[in-house]
Amino acid sequence: MKRGGVAALAVLLTGPAQADERRSGFDYMGPETQLMQTDDMANPGMLAVQAGMRLWQETAGDAERSCESCHGDAEKSMRGVAARYPAYDATAQSAVDVAGRVNLCRTRHQGAEPLPQEDADLLALVSLIGLQSRGLPVMPDPDPQMSQWRSRGADLFDRRMGQLNLSCAQCHDDNAGGHLGSAPIPQAHPTGYPIYRLEWQEMGSLQRRLRGCLSGVRSDPWPYGSDAYVAIEAYLMQRAAGMPMETPAVRP
Amino acid sequence: MTDALVNIPETATPGEIIEIKLLISHPMETGFRPRSDGSLVPRDIITSVRCLYGGETVLEVDLNPAISANPFLVFHLRADRSDEIALEWTDWGGVVHREARQITVA
Amino acid sequence: MTLTRRAAIAIGLGAPLVLLTRPALASPETMNAAIAEFTDGRSVQEGRITLDIPVLVENGNSVPMTVEVDSPMTPEDHVTEIAVFNERNPLPDVVRFRPSPALGLARFQTRIRLGDTQKITAIARLSDGTLWSAAMTVIVTAPACIES
Repeated sequence: MKRGGVAALAVLLTGPAQADERRSGFDYMGPETQLMQTDDMANPGMLAVQAGMRLWQETAGDAERSCESCHGDAEKSMRGVAARYPAYDATAQSAVDVAGRVNLCRTRHQGAEPLPQEDADLLALVSLIGLQSRGLPVMPDPDPQMSQWRSRGADLFDRRMGQLNLSCAQCHDDNAGGHLGSAPIPQAHPTGYPIYRLEWQEMGSLQRRLRGCLSGVRSDPWPYGSDAYVAIEAYLMQRAAGMPMETPAVRP
Repeated sequence: MTDALVNIPETATPGEIIEIKLLISHPMETGFRPRSDGSLVPRDIITSVRCLYGGETVLEVDLNPAISANPFLVFHLRADRSDEIALEWTDWGGVVHREARQITVA
Repeated sequence: MTLTRRAAIAIGLGAPLVLLTRPALASPETMNAAIAEFTDGRSVQEGRITLDIPVLVENGNSVPMTVEVDSPMTPEDHVTEIAVFNERNPLPDVVRFRPSPALGLARFQTRIRLGDTQKITAIARLSDGTLWSAAMTVIVTAPACIES
């Protein structure tokens, strides 16, 4: 049944996915991998959440403040937060993703060094924050400054890149539901990050996943922390508006 | 500190077969993975897991590099008395990690 | 435009470096040797043990596996050990379970790594000394866009 549905979708799709045809990457996974995500006791992402809860309560930096000192109980204060990121930060005059927000808190309020991209502690905190939006719909930041980030992200998504001269859209819009080798091509809705990717055998950010795609088309990935990743995320989260958050998701 | 998720029911009826789940945060480095210079990343795995019910060993598991990163284990136990259920796992350096829960059987 | 076959193959080529640097693999022979050591030359019968693994897995890094032995798990009649073997990973041993009758049920679930499509064999030793086996072939597919 499901396979038939995916095939039919691939035939029907000629442009960007229609609103009512949007599907999470979850839907393309086998039942065993789906169960690995939905059973909190089986989902390795919950180990990152557990570590994140510990870090949330630990003081960091010269100010000797923890996340909890300002934000209190993460389960209350962080509810729905990840669902509206990336968000515009007026002081930085930039869109920031959740990891960027954690690092702004560290430098501005904790007197601590920012954590490097893909640092396990950073992924743990972002996983904890993301979990507090699980099941809630993606609600993009209404700040008007975000529109230029989204249009830049859309441009990047449509731009042919690398030696293979392929754009993101050529796989994830035009051929979503098809296959690359034996792997299904998802529609690229970033609703579950950070994810536990079986290929990585650990947690990783959307930036890491996008770098995998850039390498895949034989393009030099932008450096970690590049604005371009935040722009693409802003575009993709707009494209996924209303879809439920899944953090921490599991993907093959 | 090692993160682990342990799921042991807090209560059971006498003779009930309960389900126990254990998920350990660990890379299970195989010792076969090459670095870019061709040398191998040294092996670093959890070598064994043990379950004790009231201090009595009821299960031993030997793990190898073929066990996935973040080892996951599900097994069952016949709950016939209120007592402590402990899970112990030994890492590559021989350090034993322990998580214990009390079960009430009535 | 559609994704051409050539482009799809080229993207898939992110992986072969891994293949070239793979260590020496186990073989059906090394698996058989490991099994012979476990069984100590005694005969093995098919049955009483079941091995549940998806026939087609999305990523060999994490393959769910359940092994169960039809046993009353009483002091008089129980499983003493279950061993799982593979034929194409670097080492033939996957996992061993040594239950006591106190478990009440001889069913174990874990997640295993399979470097390639291969046959998996599980053997149970019962308290009466008999040995029972089950085997199945698992097809491992590769994920898209592997990091180089």
